[in-house]
Amino acid sequence: MTSPPDTTAPGIRLCGRHSIANSVLFDADIALGAAEWTCLLGPSGVGKSTVLRLIAGLDTGGGFDGAITATDGAPIEGRLGYMAQSDLLMPWLSVMDNVVIGAKLRSEAPDHARARTLLDRVGLRAHAHKTPAALSGGMRQRAALARVLMEDRPIVLLDEPFSALDAGTRADMQELAAEVLHGKTVLLVTHDPAEAARLGHQILVMSAQGAMPWPAPTTPPIRAIEAPDTLACQSALLAHLREVQAA
Amino acid sequence: MRKRDILAALGVGLGLWQALVWITGAPHFILPSPLRVANALIHSREVIAENALVTLQEIIAGLILGTLLGVATAIQLTLSKTAERLMLPILVFTQAVPVFALAPVLTLWFGYGMASKIVMTVLIIYFPVTSAFHDGLTRVDRGLLDQAKIMGARPLQTLLRIQVPHALPSLGTGLRLAAVYAPIGAVIGEWVGASKGLGYLMLLANGRAKIDLMFASLIVLACLTVLLHTAIGVLSRQLVAYSEGRRLR
Repeated sequence: MTSPPDTTAPGIRLCGRHSIANSVLFDADIALGAAEWTCLLGPSGVGKSTVLRLIAGLDTGGGFDGAITATDGAPIEGRLGYMAQSDLLMPWLSVMDNVVIGAKLRSEAPDHARARTLLDRVGLRAHAHKTPAALSGGMRQRAALARVLMEDRPIVLLDEPFSALDAGTRADMQELAAEVLHGKTVLLVTHDPAEAARLGHQILVMSAQGAMPWPAPTTPPIRAIEAPDTLACQSALLAHLREVQAA
Repeated sequence: MRKRDILAALGVGLGLWQALVWITGAPHFILPSPLRVANALIHSREVIAENALVTLQEIIAGLILGTLLGVATAIQLTLSKTAERLMLPILVFTQAVPVFALAPVLTLWFGYGMASKIVMTVLIIYFPVTSAFHDGLTRVDRGLLDQAKIMGARPLQTLLRIQVPHALPSLGTGLRLAAVYAPIGAVIGEWVGASKGLGYLMLLANGRAKIDLMFASLIVLACLTVLLHTAIGVLSRQLVAYSEGRRLR
């Protein structure tokens, strides 16, 4: 079951140069398709997470000379959801309170009924009263996903959110995320070519020269793990990443 | 197991004490035996209890006020970068002044009553509580603060809902230090000028060569400190458990 596409999800363009202590980290022109998943890969330290932090308006420890714009011309701030490698759940709060934390942080009244529906959707309704310490890694990431859904933002930034999970849970989480984030503009920073091949409408490989597009499979995401085009894309992408790393 | 260890340690301590009395042959007005001190404890129990109650009130009042002041200061330092820049060096500098040296001045300003001892206790615990809590408030996982910013959090809500709960274990550490320092503050205040309290009683007993009563007062003071430290330790463990999302039985 997929939700109808969120037509308000805009495309994003980041064009410019990022430097740290007068040393250029990257000079890139990156466009995220509206209501599409863009997977950003590349060697460690090349600036993938910096791209994500720039779009999020977070501190990067360097300077950015360029522009970050939405295709609808409206500000990006206030329209973002964010999910990181660690679940970023607050250990002292219950799963339910973690899901509604955004409203509380903005001094708004939380909508617990909607939170219960979302916890149901990610399969955690029975665990709503538990603290994160009582959950498995996969369950914590599902709670984090419910928190992102609760915010209901048209743009979602995912910084390696599934990388710490075991292979089976990761595949489950990819499918769940693809379903519940359908219709949103998603930037997924990942090290995993298989993940990019399954989830990406668009795949970008980042290097010191910038972000270069890599041909994604022609079938729409989410793709079956064992599908020939997924496997072909995955293996070719892996070979390319090794070349980029060696260069 | 733990109780047995404590009793064993107590037995060894008393044994060593008695052995020291026998070996040195020191007169009772220099080093009284444990039995003599126990006698003093029993015979002077009313006067010791009366003065212990005064010291305990000073310690608890000082602990509460010092903790509130320390917590408020740490929060202010966290909320305002200007306050942090201005106040942190001053706080560190005040630690270079021996608080004990201030006791006569405090007695002059606040009198011989309880107030000067409470102020002394507040001063002695203020820095450890402030420093530990401020450290906890500023060492929050950057990811949590990034997420709060993306969610459009208000600074005060970020402080109350993320930084303060995260810093509770650090506050517990500060309170454990405070529990050890607070009795020192109260007793030093009593030494400088008082008409009540265990510190006053110790000085009085010393002046009248009642060294057994002085030791008895000292033992009661040590027991008060241990009890306080234990109680704060329980509170501290609760704070850690809450912050980590565990429920203690």
